[in-house]
Amino acid sequence: MSARRHLAGLAVVLAALVIVALFLKRSDVYLLTLWAVYLMATMGLNLTAGYAGQMSLGQAAFFGIGAYIAALLLKASWPFLAVLPVAAIVCFVVGIVVGFPALRVQHHYLAFATLGFNVLAYLAMRNEEAITGGTFGISGIPRPTLFGVDLGGHLAYWYWTLGSLVVLGGLLWWLLRSPWGRAFTALRDNPIRAESLGINITAYTLLAFAIGAACAGIAGVYYASLVEFIEPGPFHFSTSLMMLLAVIVGGSGRFYGPALGTAIVILLPEFLRGSSVPWLKFMQVWYLAFFGIAVIVLMIWLPGGLLSLRERLDRKGGPQ
Amino acid sequence: MNDFIQLIVSGTATGTIYALAGLGFTLLWQASGTINFAQGEFVMLPAFIMLFCMMAGAPLWLAFLLTCAFAMLVLGAGFKKVIVDPLIHHGVIPLVIATLGVAMVLKTVVRAGYSAEAQQFPSSFPAGQFSLAGITISYADVGTLILAAAIVIALQVFVTRTMTGRAMQAVAQNTDAARTLGIDAKRMVLYTFLINAILATVTALLITPTYLAKFDMGESIGLKAFFAAIIGGFNQTRGALLGGVLIGILENLVGFYWSPAYKEGVALMLFLVVILWRPEGLLGTAEERKV
Repeated sequence: MSARRHLAGLAVVLAALVIVALFLKRSDVYLLTLWAVYLMATMGLNLTAGYAGQMSLGQAAFFGIGAYIAALLLKASWPFLAVLPVAAIVCFVVGIVVGFPALRVQHHYLAFATLGFNVLAYLAMRNEEAITGGTFGISGIPRPTLFGVDLGGHLAYWYWTLGSLVVLGGLLWWLLRSPWGRAFTALRDNPIRAESLGINITAYTLLAFAIGAACAGIAGVYYASLVEFIEPGPFHFSTSLMMLLAVIVGGSGRFYGPALGTAIVILLPEFLRGSSVPWLKFMQVWYLAFFGIAVIVLMIWLPGGLLSLRERLDRKGGPQ
Repeated sequence: MNDFIQLIVSGTATGTIYALAGLGFTLLWQASGTINFAQGEFVMLPAFIMLFCMMAGAPLWLAFLLTCAFAMLVLGAGFKKVIVDPLIHHGVIPLVIATLGVAMVLKTVVRAGYSAEAQQFPSSFPAGQFSLAGITISYADVGTLILAAAIVIALQVFVTRTMTGRAMQAVAQNTDAARTLGIDAKRMVLYTFLINAILATVTALLITPTYLAKFDMGESIGLKAFFAAIIGGFNQTRGALLGGVLIGILENLVGFYWSPAYKEGVALMLFLVVILWRPEGLLGTAEERKV
């Protein structure tokens, strides 16, 4: 796809997202905003899982750290734009601390380290009541007012989140096109060759992971301000799992993979929850079983994710 | 001091149970390169199958045997045939993702199809405790220790002393060379999957009386099984035993002297410390990289 067609396509989709929101119910705009928020985190995860080829099962922990930092600082009347770098930097540093021991040894250990870290972070959120409010959480988190514009309304906050998502996406796009970002892909495709070309695998993978963690921290800030109330539940390891599956299902290592995957993983269950049709009610309970089977089938038939479908069909008939 | 010794004894008992699950995990990894993220759910499902058998009137021992057969068929051979065989050549990540999918399916089937509540599970050992030199020890801990130790030793003897066991090891170390020597590599890999299924069922039998049977019980057990295996040394069978026991004991000590809330975090901390200090695990040997 040429760059011009790419930009035109993106502009059409963004314009549609802007206009459609005007005609949607308040709760649907909320869902769209939720999608954009989770997408910030899954785009960061795509950097680790898709481009650097490592599994992280702790994205929800960083998402939670960002959210709690936002809750505490926003309630202490910090400006929103000052909270963002704090959350990003804290998550980046924590990411380095968690990822370094694991990646230094065996890259597959990152999955275990992050999974364990998520368990620990969740315990801390539940038990450190003095800071996090324990299971009661923190309520009354304000939505920001920026440059004199009140972003408290659902439409205003949606546009603000969408705009931020585009900026974050642009930064990641630029990062991946830079020589530095191309090294990520090189080390996923052939780590040993990449190393022989002078790429320090461990350092690059660690950086990819920590940048991904920072993205989750930023997403957490938008999340806290969106829902205005946080408790440990959404930051459980199962959210990390869903985020990873969102990346994989959409198409890991493809820039728009997380956008599709997150829509499926986040919006579909919400849609089922809101429905009153009998067979959809049945699906509410069994949804995860079917989703799990779908993931297994996808891994067997289409390990590149849904966005690789066209390439797969193009190749069909020829040798695989 | 008595508290301390009691904590160590019961921690060792719990640790050997983690070791059993970790052992199966290690075996799968060695023989087929499979990282099974559904290992915890492989423990959870047999716990519920045993409950079903007992509700149908079977005594615990019969329920256990029936469940072993079921586990070997579904979690052993079936898992290998349906999930691992088609995916093994696609590299590690698709297979790992598929096992995460398996875990999700098993959890949902149990929660939606049976119950989200924790279920009581009978102990295999008599209730009560006895005193020895001022230390109170429960029969369950002693029974667990003896049974788990017997299984680990039996497995070790099987792997090192019998022809089949040595063939399995040969396949784990170098599949191509083993095949050249006329070993039926596929059959040996199948054996490891069957053994893993039995180990998971035994783990379920031993741990469910304390953990209770619940659809999400596997999350915590699976995590400790991974960490036990890595801490001890991923490529050593007895490593998982050491790793499991260390985790069991430290969890007990942290829970008692510091805070029960953070017991679950102990395994992670131990893991991070061990891989910083001895990356190949406490008993492991450094592995050459396969190009």
